[in-house]
Amino acid sequence: MKSLAELQAIKEKMKDKVILREDSGNIRVVVGMATCGIAAGARPVLNAFVEEVNNQGLNSKVTVAQTGCIGICQFEPVVEVYEAGKEKVTYVRMTAEKAKEVVEKHLKSGNVIAEYTITNDKLIGG
Amino acid sequence: MKELSLNILDIAENSIKAGATLTEIILNETDDILEITIKDNGCGMDEETLKNVVDPFYTTRTTRKVGLGLPLLKLAAEQSEGSFQIESSIDEKGHGTVVKALFNKKHIDFTPLGDVISSITTLIQGHPECDFLFSHNLPKGEIKLDTREIRQILEDVPLNSYEVIKWIEEYLKEQYSEIA
Repeated sequence: MKSLAELQAIKEKMKDKVILREDSGNIRVVVGMATCGIAAGARPVLNAFVEEVNNQGLNSKVTVAQTGCIGICQFEPVVEVYEAGKEKVTYVRMTAEKAKEVVEKHLKSGNVIAEYTITNDKLIGG
Repeated sequence: MKELSLNILDIAENSIKAGATLTEIILNETDDILEITIKDNGCGMDEETLKNVVDPFYTTRTTRKVGLGLPLLKLAAEQSEGSFQIESSIDEKGHGTVVKALFNKKHIDFTPLGDVISSITTLIQGHPECDFLFSHNLPKGEIKLDTREIRQILEDVPLNSYEVIKWIEEYLKEQYSEIA
């Protein structure tokens, strides 16, 4: 049975890590979690990112965050990847499976998966 | 929405946007009825806004001109011959909003609750600075989580640390399996 004492142990273990984390984390993954995103399946996509970033040992390098509607509801679930010094990458119509792939190929190895992304000219065209 | 737990996640996101420091998600369930209450201490809405809020063509968003969150929950409740209620106050002393939706579980158009644990952990992951009280009252017992208690133990460790989110997920799962 999970107990609050176990949380105490997690706290002790995490204390040092928290200090480490403050000066790192240069990639930011943002998942759209407004009504449109949620209805289209953003919850499992977000959870897949959280899970896989941890599995690949990227917790200190990657932050997974949530945002509201970014205005391209027909392409939800939408995920944006921000990295210092690089152009923003927008992944569209995401699934949990695609999310795992993005963590491995893009976040871990630095290769953007172009076929899952959308470019600005496509957005203007509707 | 395929699951009511997704509506819950969606409505609770409104609470956070309204600046709530505490959002309560209370489920009261019998064999026949499910009542979902989402109560927050956010900024609240004035009467005019409150009147418009279940109209799908009203939204506070600027990205486009429709807001579907509350209308979708209302629709889900009404299609099961349940009911929907929203109250809000902008009073300085007790501001906030209460959304209540009642569902008839035996109705053919009842939407299943789905993975409510996932909605709770998603809320905490995205908003580690906010507090959540989750309570699910079932005929066989109560499932409960209060992030204020967790925060007290964790001190400076953020609630959205992977280990903490996993602990919360397991903690809730165990409570459900105990009364199953």
